[in-house]
Amino acid sequence: MRTVHLEAEDDFDGWRDAARALVTERVPAERVVWQVGERPTDLFSGERIAATHAKPFGVPRHFVSLARQAIRHSTPERFALLYALLLRVLENPHRLGDRADPRIHRIERLAHAVGHDIHKMQAFVRFRKVSDGDRERFVAWFEPEHHILRANARFFIKRFTNMRWSILTPRGSMHWDGESLSEGPPSQRRDAPHDDQVETVWKAYYAAIFNPARLMKKAMMKEMPRKYWQNMPETALIPALIAGAYEREQRMIEQARLTLPVFSPEQAPDERENERENGRRAQ
Amino acid sequence: MAQLDTTEKLTILADAAKYDASCSSSGGKKRDSRGGKGMGSTTGGGICHAYAPDGRCISLLKILLTNSCIFDCHYCINRKSSNVRRARFTAKEVVDLTLDFYSRNYIEGLFLSSGIIHTPNYTMEQIVEVARSLREDHDFRGYIHLKTIPDADPELVAQAGRHADRVSINVELPTASGLRKLAPEKSETRIEGAMGTMRTAIEDGADARRRYRSAPRFAPAGQSTQMIIGADAATDRDIVARAATLYSRFALRRVYYSAFSPIPHASAVLPLKRPPLMREHRLYQSDWMVRFYSYTPDEVGAAVDPETGMLPLDIDPKLAWALRFREHFPVDVNRAPREALLRVPGLGPKAVRAILTARRWRRLRMEDIARLTVSVKKLRLFIITDDWKPVMLADRADLRTLAAPKAVQFELFAA
Repeated sequence: MRTVHLEAEDDFDGWRDAARALVTERVPAERVVWQVGERPTDLFSGERIAATHAKPFGVPRHFVSLARQAIRHSTPERFALLYALLLRVLENPHRLGDRADPRIHRIERLAHAVGHDIHKMQAFVRFRKVSDGDRERFVAWFEPEHHILRANARFFIKRFTNMRWSILTPRGSMHWDGESLSEGPPSQRRDAPHDDQVETVWKAYYAAIFNPARLMKKAMMKEMPRKYWQNMPETALIPALIAGAYEREQRMIEQARLTLPVFSPEQAPDERENERENGRRAQ
Repeated sequence: MAQLDTTEKLTILADAAKYDASCSSSGGKKRDSRGGKGMGSTTGGGICHAYAPDGRCISLLKILLTNSCIFDCHYCINRKSSNVRRARFTAKEVVDLTLDFYSRNYIEGLFLSSGIIHTPNYTMEQIVEVARSLREDHDFRGYIHLKTIPDADPELVAQAGRHADRVSINVELPTASGLRKLAPEKSETRIEGAMGTMRTAIEDGADARRRYRSAPRFAPAGQSTQMIIGADAATDRDIVARAATLYSRFALRRVYYSAFSPIPHASAVLPLKRPPLMREHRLYQSDWMVRFYSYTPDEVGAAVDPETGMLPLDIDPKLAWALRFREHFPVDVNRAPREALLRVPGLGPKAVRAILTARRWRRLRMEDIARLTVSVKKLRLFIITDDWKPVMLADRADLRTLAAPKAVQFELFAA
């Protein structure tokens, strides 16, 4: 058995160096144990392997971007899966396009899940303003599913270059002072500020932009699953908005019905559809 | 009237803006706040920062500058004769709100529209001032979408285009007769004239940028429009045809559909009923067919019920087309060209791309197709794989029943 020690959960460079050495020595995938930090993962792990000066070899560019993304996934198998895929790709580089292949498909799925997590972090991080000496700092608490904090640093730096901010997560933290980025240890929710007065205004907006006549809870849940809710202040309003929606809509309709004459018969073509829709909404 | 505070105004002016369907922040050129003084970036893809319980994406701070209006359009909550509560933001209030929200990562930017007060030019000046201040005073580099006013001075509209990523003018209703009846003060000629002018300005701007890198950007995310569905008697056939004309005449990025929704203080001439959400959804799907699946608008038109002119509500228009033109199916996934694969109900552009690449390496079986798609349930009726051939299926009278999703799935809109 060979054991590879990687420096971090998203240590792509470490994985690549080790994989290069292993390929040169023709070590089969099942003979390698991948380990992050010094935590032992295999009692019987044998000699250690460090990055050697193996000769670089070419792989398709798509493999590199795929591997870089998939390595951020939280499944412990990812390093081994990628190494096995690498061996396969070296046999036939073009084969990587075959997403019907179960092994390639699996890696594509990992990379896709990571991409999704990265995107949701960009969307759902909520900063709270605190005063930090005589200047302000924006601090957010976020719980990513995968190892994506570092991958998202660039996005937040480019967007908020001229602000001082920190993003705290259970997997680590990062801090931007307007000029440079520093990394910190894992944090806890209580390390983040508890309030921001602008949240009241934001919640008022969230409630007002919702159209009760279009209630579609499933569509909302699909895009914004409950696991994200606890770090988003506006989601506290959702139960009440949903509970009041039907009544608000009926009130609008009733109010109009009482005060206005019946609308013109020209609208008849829509009636058929109206009935069908009402039928679907019966419960 | 007592002075309203910002939160109260926001409640009124966001409520007044929510009937505009678009909240898109996509299509802009990439830029960011490095090397600047302010905040903001656009990624090109757009980000939804939250979802309301109506399932709609919240990407932008979408508000009106004021909901007072000198027009009296029947479908509009802000029309002159409505007794809705009125409010008005100052330019500074909108700028501050945008920056406060943006710095907390609540939004991608601002979508600003307004009721018409005093004159179209006066209103347009106010809208432009907000965008100018964000860009020039605060070096804001997030997304800005401005609603422009058809009758405003072209110079003001040009200023709007220089500050905004996207500009839009709503055609409001799918037919000219609907517009005459429901928005008597608006004119199709003036709306379309303004859209034509905008198209020229956007194209000139892009052309100038190609030649001189220092030329100012002009609405790099293009222009869009919106029409209200279900407030007039237009059929889906009318709407699909109108959208096609708009796309080609004005080079629009998007045509949005907004199901007419009951509003407080509704006008007497409009239907008092639930908004036709499923109809709106089917129209968006028909829009997708043209934009991503290379159907011509006429082909989409052929999917409507010939008598009523409406798209079916129980099945999507692509499936409706396939059921009507069965001679095109089944399609052999191991041999068919891209265009034929794109017409298979249940195959999207991504799956088609994956099939085309994968089949260079293997003869595709149903299990392979299952890995490349979300579900093969509907799909299998329309394709041939190495181990599957839907014998006789194309002639079956109950094909529609087999292919249509089960009725319970239509609870999509239930709470």
